This record gives sequence, C-alpha cells and structure tokens, in this order.
Amino acid sequence: MSLVLSVPGFLASEPVRIALAVGGGAALVCAVVGCATVMRRQSFAGHALADVSSAGGSAAYLLAVNPLFGFLGMAAAAAGVMEWADIREARERDLLTGVVLGAGLGLAALLLYFDATVRSVSGAAVTVLFGSMFTIPASIVPLALAVAAVALAASAIIHRPLLVSSLSADLARAQGVRVRAVALTHALALALAVSLSAMTVGAILATALLIGPAAAALRLAKRPVSAAVLAALIGLGATWGGIVLAYESFYWTPGHGWPVSFFIVTLIFCAYLIAGWMAGRPGTRPAAHPSGCEGP
Amino acid sequence: MFAAFMAHAWIVATMVAIVAGAVGFFVVARRAAFAAHALPLGAFPGAAAASLLGVSQLLGLAVFSVLGVVAIARLQRGERREVASALWLALSLALGTLLLGFSGQYVQSIYGLLFGEVLGISRGQLEGVAALGVVALSLLVLFARPLLLESLSGDLAAAAVGRSPRLEWVFLGILALSTAIAVPVVGALLVFSLMVGPASAARAFTDRPWRSLAVSVALAVGTAWAAIALSYLSNWPVGFFVGVLSAACYVAGRLCGRGIVAQAA
Amino acid sequence: MTDSSMALAVEQVCVALGGRRVLRDVSFCLEAGEFCGLIGSNGSGKTTLLRAILGFVRLEAGRIRLAEQSTGTGLIGYVPQKIALDPGLPLRARDVVALGLDGARLGPALPSRARTARVDEMLQAVGALEFAEQRVGLLSGGQQQRVLVAHALVRRPRLLLLDEPLANLDVRSTAEIVALLRRLSREYGAAVLLSAHDMNPLLPAMDRVVYLANGSAVAGRADEVVRTEVLSSLYGYHVDVVRVHGRVVVVAAEASEQIHAAVAHNPEHTTAVP
Repeated sequence: MSLVLSVPGFLASEPVRIALAVGGGAALVCAVVGCATVMRRQSFAGHALADVSSAGGSAAYLLAVNPLFGFLGMAAAAAGVMEWADIREARERDLLTGVVLGAGLGLAALLLYFDATVRSVSGAAVTVLFGSMFTIPASIVPLALAVAAVALAASAIIHRPLLVSSLSADLARAQGVRVRAVALTHALALALAVSLSAMTVGAILATALLIGPAAAALRLAKRPVSAAVLAALIGLGATWGGIVLAYESFYWTPGHGWPVSFFIVTLIFCAYLIAGWMAGRPGTRPAAHPSGCEGP
Repeated sequence: MFAAFMAHAWIVATMVAIVAGAVGFFVVARRAAFAAHALPLGAFPGAAAASLLGVSQLLGLAVFSVLGVVAIARLQRGERREVASALWLALSLALGTLLLGFSGQYVQSIYGLLFGEVLGISRGQLEGVAALGVVALSLLVLFARPLLLESLSGDLAAAAVGRSPRLEWVFLGILALSTAIAVPVVGALLVFSLMVGPASAARAFTDRPWRSLAVSVALAVGTAWAAIALSYLSNWPVGFFVGVLSAACYVAGRLCGRGIVAQAA
Repeated sequence: MTDSSMALAVEQVCVALGGRRVLRDVSFCLEAGEFCGLIGSNGSGKTTLLRAILGFVRLEAGRIRLAEQSTGTGLIGYVPQKIALDPGLPLRARDVVALGLDGARLGPALPSRARTARVDEMLQAVGALEFAEQRVGLLSGGQQQRVLVAHALVRRPRLLLLDEPLANLDVRSTAEIVALLRRLSREYGAAVLLSAHDMNPLLPAMDRVVYLANGSAVAGRADEVVRTEVLSSLYGYHVDVVRVHGRVVVVAAEASEQIHAAVAHNPEHTTAVP
C-alpha cells in the first residue's frame, strides 16, 4: 500500500483533520469515563445511553440543528431517568436499562422514518447509527472539544469518591461521600462521553470506544490512574489508526472507502484480545492466594 | 388490516411474540437483558452477509447468532459478561456495516433489519420461522426447570461464583434461535424489547413462576398485535410501537407492582 | 464514666423499618479503647443498629451520641458486611487504604510523602505490608479483611464499626483478626464494636458484650450478660447457657434446639477449637 506517499495529502485534507480532532477528543474522554464505567459494572448502561442517543441524533436531522446537541440532549435525558429511578437492586437496574433502551430505540425508529419521509434525508439512519467521521462539519469542532473538556474535568473531580463508591456504597457513605451526587455526576459525564463517541463512530458502535479500551486497560493495569492512561493510549491509537486505514482504503477498492467505524472497532477488539493474552501470561498478574490463608 | 397480504405478518408476529415472551421470562429471571440485546444485534451482519452471498437471510442470521453465542460464552470466561456482550456487539456491528457497504442495498435494508419489517414476509420464511420457533420452545420446555432453579438459587452466589457453563450455553443457544426468527420481523434493535418489557411486567402480576411465564407470553403477543395494528393504521414503523408498548408494559407492572417489586421497596 | 473517654452512647434507641419495629429501647455505652461484641442471630437487628450509629437510618426514638472529636460524618471507621472486592478493580491494597484517608475529597490525589507514610504505617499495623502492592480483589478473605480494617482506621477514628467481619473466615484467620482488632483498639484508643452471630471467637477479647434478640438488647461484661437468667428474660422464654469444652452455647430448653450458637452454621469452629 502507498501509505507513505499519501501522508501529505492525508493531513492536508480538511475532513481528515476534523476527524482526527473530534475522534481524538472522543477517544480520550471515552477511555477515562469508560474505566469508571466498567469498574462500576455499568457497561450495559453506557451502551444503552449510546443507543438511545441515536434518537437525539435523528431528531437533530429532523429539526436541522447541530447533531451533537441532539445526541447530547437525548443521552443526558436517559442518564437522568436511569439515575433518578435510583434502583438499588442490580436486577432491577438491568431491566430498567433495557426498558429505557427499548423505548429510546423505538423513538429512534420513528424519528428516522420521519427523517426519510418528511425531510427526505435518506442517509440519516446510516449517519446516526454508524457514524460518518469524514462528513463532520468544521463548526462542530470547538463544541466537541469543549464537551470533551467538561467530561474530563468532571471525571477528575469525582475521581476519588467514585472509586470509594465502586468498592461499596455503604463504605463511601460512612466516609461522608455523597453517593448519589457522585453517581449522577458520573452518569452525566458518561452521557457526554457517549454523545461524542456517537458523533464519531455512530450511536450503536459508540460502546466500542467506551468499553473496549477501558476493558483492555483494566486487564493490565494495577492502579486506577495507569488504567486510565493506558485506556487513553489504546483509544487514541485505535481511532487515529482507524482514520488512517479508512483513508487508505479508498485505494484498495477504487470507488468507495471502507467505513472508519469498522477499522476503529476492529483495532479496539484486537487490543482487547492482546491485553487478555498479556494478562494471562504468568508473572504479569499476582497469584490469587499467595500465602496459604485459606484453611488451617 | 386483515387483507390477504397481511396474513403472513400476523402469523409470523404471533409466533415470534410467543417465543419472545417465553424466552423473555428466563432473560428477566437470569438477568441477561444485555445478552438478549447483544445477540440479536450481533446477528445483524449475518443478514448482510446472506444478501451479499445470495443465500437465505434466516440462515445468515442463525449462523451469526451461533457465532455470537460462542463469542460471548468464550469472552466472558474470567471476564464480566456485560463487557463480553458489549465487545461482541460492537465487533459484529462493525462487520455488518462493512458487508452492507459491499452489497449495494445499503440504507433501506439497514433500516429494515434494525427496526423491523413485517410486510413482505414470504411463505418460505414463514415455514422457517415456525420450524425454528418449535425447536426453541421445545428446548425451553426441556430445560425450563434447571434454568429457573439456577436463576433462583442466590443471585449473589451466582454472580460471584459464576453459573454452570453448560446451562449457560443452552440458554444462550435458545436465545440465539429466537433471535434468528425474530430479527427480520421486529428488527435487531427491538427483539429484546419484546423479551424484556412483557416478562418484567409479568413478574408484577403473579408470584407463581409458570403463571408468570404465561402472562409474559400473553403480554408479548398483545404487544406485537397492537404494534402491527397501530403501525398499519398510522403508517409509522412497527419498531416504534414495539419499543413504546414494551416500555408501557414495564411501567404498568411497576405501578400495580406486587411480588418482587413490592418486596424490593 | 467521664465524658472525655466516652466513644459512643446509644440511649433508648428505637428503629422501625417498613412498619416493623426492628430495634426497641436499645441502650449501651462504649469507652475509648474498649472492644465490644454485638452478638445476635440473623435478623436480630445487628446491621440495623450499626447503620443507625452511622446515621444511615432514622431513629424513631432515642438518641446516639459520639465522642466530641468524632462528631460529623466520616469520622467513624466502618467495615461493611460481605463486601466482595471485585478482582477486576485496578486497586492495590495500598490504594484502598489511601482511599480511606481522603477518598471523599474531590479531584485526583497529589503524591505526598506524608500521605504515603501514613498509609505505610497503617499497612504495617494490620500486617498487610507484604501484600500492599497486590490487587485487592485477588487477596484471600483474611487479607482483604485486614486491608478493610486499615482503610477504616487510617483516619484514626474514635469508633470502629465492623459488620460480621468474621463471617466466611477460617479458624486461623478469625483468631488473627480478633487479636489484631483487640491490639489496635488499645494502640489507637478506638472503641471497637463488632457484630457476630457466634460469640465464641470473641470471648477472649471482649471487654463488653451487647446481646441482641428480637430487637431488644442487654449490655455489660460477658460474664454478666451470657447467663441463663439474663438471656432467658431477653428472649422471653427459657434458654440455657451451657459451657462445653470451653465454648459457650445458648440452648432453648424446651425444644432443646439451639437458638444461634453457630455450631450448626459454622461446623469448623466446633471441630477445630481444642
């Protein structure tokens, strides 16, 4: 392949630069927020928020507003509903997430139908659900980066209380942590992260950017901060690598390129498998019970 | 709405709803909502591959459902089930976009596969759905008691220790079968609404497991019929009504909740 | 008892949960450095009492006073019941203890020598230094319990509450944890209130016992409380306190059925204690 030859053209292209900026921001935020999400066993909730945000994205096409506002509004609303219900039992939480997800997707179905019939935007379904990084308008970049900054700041602020809460809610409460406020802040940061991710790789693939790098990093890292840094590296690598490969793919099958989302998700999945292989090797992880404290 | 060309739609939707309602009961009991969401959606590239190769869509869906079962069951070893489901889902969806990009018919088929298309179901499809539905239901009847027992015997213990792997395979297999038949009708995104909504509502109306299963099936069939009728009358997509009505089931169940819901409060 | 040495005073506390009276007129006091067992069978209200002291449940009547220095939330050390530390969490034992020091603060923790020194000292005190760098979810039950005790004690609270910390521990770990808590409560001047359904492992260490049955409590020294007439009046029917092979067993006389002496629950205690 002619990777080296095309580098100057690659960076000269405006859509590519926008994709690199927005995709990079999304990958960074998703990695950091994703670590906390996986640790709190909220992968399903994160996935549901991303899927539900597609209704917002479709509404944005219908109303002809900035799609990021659509994704954000819907994700934040769904996060609010799920946190407001405040269900302690894990089983109920799972079900409620499923129900919110189903209702949100139903709404997305209707709005996409209207996009196609009322507005005649036939490609909306594909753009909203699977993303199209190279068509992100330049006007979105400052807003996207601002959203990324807010989400990162929120995650940094609640870093320690959130860790204690993931150990045990009662433990955190006894220490004076305002558990619900912390959980709500995290849910909103999650909503910001998935809407950015939905802008980049599409609503139903957003989970990959959120969960994949974090899950891979959590397999290897021993400390929360190193997990976040590792996840950020994996996410950035996969996103930028995916953009490069998608750009290249125009040369592989003349006429049309392969979807960026495909490359990003595949790279993330490979990173996850490699992390699992590395964690499985002897010596990288401490043995389960080094001193014989089980049994007399 | 009862014209001849709608006949297949009604029959298939009824069969799908019966299977979804029954399987949904176990999805709720085993707390597997995410797997029930990930398997159908993960089967979606199967349909794309089938149209690319020119084979039956049902076959493509079935193959990818089985692949999904294997992937989720293997990935979740020593890992959290939800992470396994999420990653499989993302990977197969990404593959789906790629395959659909290669086959010409992009937008319409994506929409139909994700959100459902009850019209235009052929006689052959109908027979396939019936056959697989019977298989899924028979397996369910055969394994009903162990599956129920396992979900009752201490959620905490099960979450900590992990479940019997063989039963997990059986369960995911049944889930995959019902997925394959339901996806073309209600769509990959909304199969699981039909499983989770009615079944979670059913818990609220009765404390007896098998009665709850029956209520779940009845609610699922009612939801599917109402969705088709409303969709026919309004011309809006059937998936919208499935999603909203299933959520309405859950809300109704919580409002007049007894049983588990009342105990949890 | 002077007010300065008082660590906890529970005065005629009543608590109702979901319309059911869970605690009835419970009163007792703890002094700094005292080691107290909170004994009762499952459902006798032990966890509710601990949660009431933490301020998690509303009192229907009565009041709970804490030592002057430890008013305000966060200054009670607490080890919750059955906490399952997830092996997937990227937290070393050391990080868990550090979170006990300042986990409620906002923003990321800045590296500080003083902080590390305090964490090290606490790890040393509970004998967890040797596995301080390992993932906490991968440690054994006894090791995790030590880390959680360090987490609870690192801020030097005047009161340490532990909810069933001995459940799921083998005999050796049980004895080690009890001895450790006994020593730490003297060293740090913290009152320890520890709930358990079996009092036997605690008998050598307890200064005081609070015995709960059906929501009512009697408190005092173990030899004052664990007596046939005292416990019979608490239960409301005749029970016998029997001493067998150095173990105390509470037996309902009529049904000759054990009320809770844990022999049935924890067979390893009967077999392994000499």
